[in-house]
Amino acid sequence: MSIVLYRIDDRLIHGQVVVGWGQPLRVGFIVLVDDAVRASEWEQDLHRMGVPPQIDVVFASTAEAAQRLPEWEADPRPGIVLAGSIDALAALSSNSHRVKRINLGGIHHQPGRSERLRYVYLSDAEAAKLRELAAQGVEITAQDVPTARAVPLEEFV
Amino acid sequence: MSEPLRGVIVSHAAVAQALKSAVAAITGVEDALVSVSNEGCDSGALTARLTAAIGGQPAVLFVDLPGGSCLTSSIRLAKGKSDIALVTGVNLAMLLDFVFHRDLPPLEAARRAAEAGSRAIRTPAA
Repeated sequence: MSIVLYRIDDRLIHGQVVVGWGQPLRVGFIVLVDDAVRASEWEQDLHRMGVPPQIDVVFASTAEAAQRLPEWEADPRPGIVLAGSIDALAALSSNSHRVKRINLGGIHHQPGRSERLRYVYLSDAEAAKLRELAAQGVEITAQDVPTARAVPLEEFV
Repeated sequence: MSEPLRGVIVSHAAVAQALKSAVAAITGVEDALVSVSNEGCDSGALTARLTAAIGGQPAVLFVDLPGGSCLTSSIRLAKGKSDIALVTGVNLAMLLDFVFHRDLPPLEAARRAAEAGSRAIRTPAA
């Protein structure tokens, strides 16, 4: 399998993704699944600025991602699939049935959310959605950087 | 320009605060720079911190890396605003130059600071 990390991070493409995970995993491409970014070339240019030229960046809507996931899995290079919200990756998981593991890398404070870990804040509805995904067989852990411990979902939800 | 430029250092973790302290220690200038960390922020929270730090004044944003959340939030905030300019790859040398040239227009001050920062990167023989 070519996708080495499915990550939820509301900062989207940033240092922890590109350097923290991208370097040790030697990723060749990053897929950013985000409907708003997919619709804006300006936003796409902005996100490309943070990625070295040897790493390809693919921008996909949630619907496109479900269709193209087999193509990315067949890519010989290691890749990261990145989404900014639980909803986006949950939709990808439900529509493709190919997502086996999800990494929670950064879900920050917003009204209605409470702190579960230093870098994971969840509303009750979001926590329920994660439990639902886990019940479907998806392994969910929180881990901001590779050197940190992967915290299993049941420890913070 | 009647109002001196404000410098806003935007960084990961505590880099911005450390640079601000170093500039104050070297120059004695305490009020030219404001530090913003992205610690614990999504893009909305970081934008709110940046907006507060700029305070409606003409400003130059000094961003740590040429990509990532600090830069993307800064560019979104500066888009279409002629009174805000950006520099990436912030270092101490560029900030030391900036605090003494805050009477320039933002873009000119940003370019000048970038040149000062670039000149400070060398590989001297030991």
